[in-house]
Amino acid sequence: MSARRAEPLPGSSASRGAGSPRPRQQRGGMFCSVADAFDSKTLDLASLRRRPDGSRSAPDLPPAPDPDLTPAPAPAPAPAPDVAPPPRSPGAAGDLPGGCEQSDQLLIKGGKIVNDDQSFYADIFVEDGLIKQIGEDLLVPAGVRTVDAGGQLVVPGGLDAHTRLRAPGTSPADDLHRGTKAALAGGTTMIIDHVLPEPGATLAAACERWRDSARRQACCDYALHLDLPRWHESLAEELRALAKDKGVNSFLVFMAYKDKLQCTDAQMYEIFSIIRDLGAIAQVHAENGDIIDEEQKRLLELGITGPEGHVLSRPEEVEAEAVYRAITIAKQANCPLYVTKIMSKGAADVLAQAKRKGAVVYGEPITASLGTDGSHYWSKNWAKAAAFVTSPPISPDPTTSDHLTSLLACGDLQVTSSAHCVFTTAQKAVGKDNFTLIPEGTNGVEERMSVIWEKCVVSGKMDENDFVAVTSTNAAKIFNCYPRKGRIAVGSDADLVLWNPKAMKIISAKTHNSNAEYNIFEGLECHGAPSVVISQGRVVLEEGSLFVTPGSGRFIPRKTFPDFVYKRIKARNRLAEVHGVPRGLYDGPVHDAAVAAAPRTAPCSGKGQALAVRNLHRSGFSLSGSQADDHIARRTAQKIIAPPGGRSTITSLS
Amino acid sequence: MSYQGKKSIPHITSDRLLIKGGRIINDDHSFYADIYLEDGLIKQIGENLIVPGGVKTIEANGRMVIPGGIDVNTYLQKPYQGMTAVDDFYQGTKAALAGGTTMIIDHVLPEPGSSLLTSFEKWHEAADTKSCCDYSLHVDITSWYDGIREELEILVQDKGVNSFQVYMAYKDLYQMSDSQLYEAFTFLKSLGAVILVHAENGDLIAQEQKRILEMGITGPEGHALSRPEELEAEAVFRAITIASRINCPVYITKVMSKSAADIIALARKKGPLVFGEPITASLGTDGTHYWSKNWAKAAAFVTSPPLSPDPTTPDHLNSLLACGDLQVTGSGHCPYSTAQKAIGKDNFTMIPEGVNGIEERMTVVWDKAVATGKMDESQFVAVTSTNAAKIFNLYPRKGRIAVGSDADVVIWDPDKVKTITAKSHKSAVEYNIFEGMECHGAPLVVISQGKIVFEDGNLHVNKGMGRFIPRKPFPEYLYQRIKIRNKVGELQGVSRGMYDGPVYEIPAMPKYATPAPSTKSSPAKNQPPPIRNLHQSNFSLSGAQIDDNNPRRTGHRIVAPPGGRSNITSLG
Repeated sequence: MSARRAEPLPGSSASRGAGSPRPRQQRGGMFCSVADAFDSKTLDLASLRRRPDGSRSAPDLPPAPDPDLTPAPAPAPAPAPDVAPPPRSPGAAGDLPGGCEQSDQLLIKGGKIVNDDQSFYADIFVEDGLIKQIGEDLLVPAGVRTVDAGGQLVVPGGLDAHTRLRAPGTSPADDLHRGTKAALAGGTTMIIDHVLPEPGATLAAACERWRDSARRQACCDYALHLDLPRWHESLAEELRALAKDKGVNSFLVFMAYKDKLQCTDAQMYEIFSIIRDLGAIAQVHAENGDIIDEEQKRLLELGITGPEGHVLSRPEEVEAEAVYRAITIAKQANCPLYVTKIMSKGAADVLAQAKRKGAVVYGEPITASLGTDGSHYWSKNWAKAAAFVTSPPISPDPTTSDHLTSLLACGDLQVTSSAHCVFTTAQKAVGKDNFTLIPEGTNGVEERMSVIWEKCVVSGKMDENDFVAVTSTNAAKIFNCYPRKGRIAVGSDADLVLWNPKAMKIISAKTHNSNAEYNIFEGLECHGAPSVVISQGRVVLEEGSLFVTPGSGRFIPRKTFPDFVYKRIKARNRLAEVHGVPRGLYDGPVHDAAVAAAPRTAPCSGKGQALAVRNLHRSGFSLSGSQADDHIARRTAQKIIAPPGGRSTITSLS
Repeated sequence: MSYQGKKSIPHITSDRLLIKGGRIINDDHSFYADIYLEDGLIKQIGENLIVPGGVKTIEANGRMVIPGGIDVNTYLQKPYQGMTAVDDFYQGTKAALAGGTTMIIDHVLPEPGSSLLTSFEKWHEAADTKSCCDYSLHVDITSWYDGIREELEILVQDKGVNSFQVYMAYKDLYQMSDSQLYEAFTFLKSLGAVILVHAENGDLIAQEQKRILEMGITGPEGHALSRPEELEAEAVFRAITIASRINCPVYITKVMSKSAADIIALARKKGPLVFGEPITASLGTDGTHYWSKNWAKAAAFVTSPPLSPDPTTPDHLNSLLACGDLQVTGSGHCPYSTAQKAIGKDNFTMIPEGVNGIEERMTVVWDKAVATGKMDESQFVAVTSTNAAKIFNLYPRKGRIAVGSDADVVIWDPDKVKTITAKSHKSAVEYNIFEGMECHGAPLVVISQGKIVFEDGNLHVNKGMGRFIPRKPFPEYLYQRIKIRNKVGELQGVSRGMYDGPVYEIPAMPKYATPAPSTKSSPAKNQPPPIRNLHQSNFSLSGAQIDDNNPRRTGHRIVAPPGGRSNITSLG
């Protein structure tokens, strides 16, 4: 938070924004709009009336004349532009040192507010990082800094639901600082980063480590997804702790990366059951790791070692198959499912069909699959081809992007993200002789909003409201930070973007904010770009200059059981009870099974794993005397018919 | 083949037959003609045939003459816990002939751990001594072990087996992982075999079974509840994905649900070579009977994948069969007596699986598909015999009425009405799952190997008169396209200059512990032996410690030794 005013604020706003972020109260459930959100807001001057001694240093409110004189003429024409502290060190698009003196009040005038349900013209007054008023002719303190929107769109800041800005092992070239800076430059004001625990670390420790880095580096608000690298016994407790206390309520399982991260179907079922009971969201990286593994071997044997091998070994059927399987498992476990990185038509179609049959499933295409195609894997330039390597790969079918944007527009796909995870060419070159070693990831956090605008809105597939839905609102609903994020409403966070649909920008590695040498969208012309970005009530992008502060991003804890997702699940849980048929006992003959019958049920292979460290107390040595032939039935007593030495007469008395 | 030797002795009495005045139906067209049979073969077709005197003549009176049915899926010797199904090769093939089926392809199901070859020989011998009609054998691959490749090669090259079934269900018993499936498909493709798949997701079934037993549901309805049709559809989808990666044909046995059939239909539209086989049970009845109050009746319906409780399923499957999205009909015939089924009276997972259908197959398909107007007689012939003969490389010896083909012919009466009931069926089982169904269309006369075996409701069969029909690999119906696609689909890399830029150095990273026993080896093999081996105590004195993984410096330099430093070490 920025430096906070020492004095208490008068009236209704006194308690607002004080203290650290506090989860907002939900009014009337997820689908209800914030009460009074669209009413013309006027300050209740009576309540603002305060002691006339008001010796405040900050711009004063006029001592409240007559409440009846309603339309207060345009609040304080304000010498604002000059007085407002010119964003420090202008020009130098660098980072600010810690303390930020910027006023935390802001008035956005003359913009067209775009939410996912409607658009309207109104001004927005922002204070303490929150939206305080929306309406026309707002009464605001004099001298407040005013941003003139001049007819541009005001949209909720983007929410990028999938980034990887930190990793164990080879760190991505864009860390949490660099990545969030690029995000802000593109109009994204919140990211949800994936935590991939180091081998051997507990899940909670991994999350802590991530938050430590983010505390120092993140420039925008963030939340965390957790990747589950493997199944283990105490997983349920660990996940419960994370979901209840740490504000992490989405967990990713991998169906690919055989022998490393891959889960079996049985393990997925168990994990999904845990997740459903916790009220969290199950995410899945959907690719059939077994087939990929075999295909990789085959291609390497064929002598194909370049990046084209990456896409050849991971054809889109393999993605579609895994999506189908994940949906089947999730449906069995009655768990909501979120499929990350929809990269191909096949996968998107499978998902769309499953939705039609009633599955609670969400799909997330990423900037790369929406904005470019995989033909570049065949580029003669190794470094360029390698820059496109990500999993699942970008489909070589050039019509993919068109198809995915259509599904996004009709609601079959709901969320967009970037899966931003870039590596330098030198890092990618680790796999110069073997495509399976190329670190995976593409850029996209900065380009996401512009690419979607260009591909969906400019082409007429979506309107601006749909644009807001897929770039922020839907993600906020699914991941339970709505209406705090993803909506312009009174009480929501002041994460706003002034979107200029007339701006024209050509994406290029020369001008982007990422550390990567190659930009996979190089040369793409985008109509529509953010002109001003406001994060936590502060202007961070203006006139092409970025003013970001590493460490200013806050962790946004998320509660479990998002209504948007779980209302249906809960109802289905009640319905899903099955009953047996009451029958009389079967009393007919029963065939004598020769062998001791073993039921066809099998234990979950996930359990029963050998411990890594030998437990010396668990020696298998025993003196109980079990024998190799114990299982052969023995009669307890045997009647000896012909005893050695002849029968005794006693037994044959009769 | 040594087994065939004794069959070649000509049967003097009735090896010449003339069928007069019938309408011959093949899968492509139908026409009126007489047929002359001799030595078990069709010798002449036409009008006013010149035949030797004294030939036995059958007057068909304008009725249909169709190729004898081929039932591609039977289990007449399926072992389950030391017992076998009540219909053995004799009983089962008798029922087949009574229903108009003149050839079966039975599944060899080796117990896990026993070799394919010995199991095949066992089946072959049993069938050779008992079977009343011609037969061929599929071999089920119940585990993927070392040395299996050689055995498969022998089976294909020398034994006349060209189809193998793999299982995606029966976890820890028959189930194969995706990697194994990939390996198996690749190898079977190189042999030119037909790959059959039992498609159900075994992992999820195991989970669901556990859950449902915990809920206290132990009756046969638990069988259907633990195997919902989504799991069948999922596995079908996966099998097709794997097959299309390898570019090999795949044949889904026992299509029991609408969603599985739809997946096959959709996949065919996208190009992969997929074939689907609904069975008599899924075409003729539905799974609502699992909820029957009568345990024995409910148990009689237990088969895997289960019959779908959705009563619109038979209609849907018949429609897909009529339009060509499904191609072949089998029966999955494997009935167990009520006493045998009662092994699972307290636990549905132990009920032996299998339903009847070998005798009813032709009649049910006629009644559901032809009598309702979904398909014509030629299509009926296609789905009951011709398609199967083409896929399994028996065509035109079987599945067609043509000069030179085997004299397996059925005179079919479309108007005959028959009520299926356990009282009159030829199977040994007490319950017939089609009990009470009134069917239009039935065989009048059945001729197998040129001899009348069924006439006026009476069977004239001899145990062991059936011959083994060897099948060659690379059936053209499947592999012509595969060969071309192989050529078209060759992969090529991009020729680039060497990358000569900087290369990042990877920091050493500890590996993740492998989450599950490596999928390479069958999970069944990793099971600890049931009996404790006392030599295998894991007590050890090697001194592994819990903190072994913390790095330790080999030598410590003592900076401040107890008792103060000695002068010697601080000479400098």
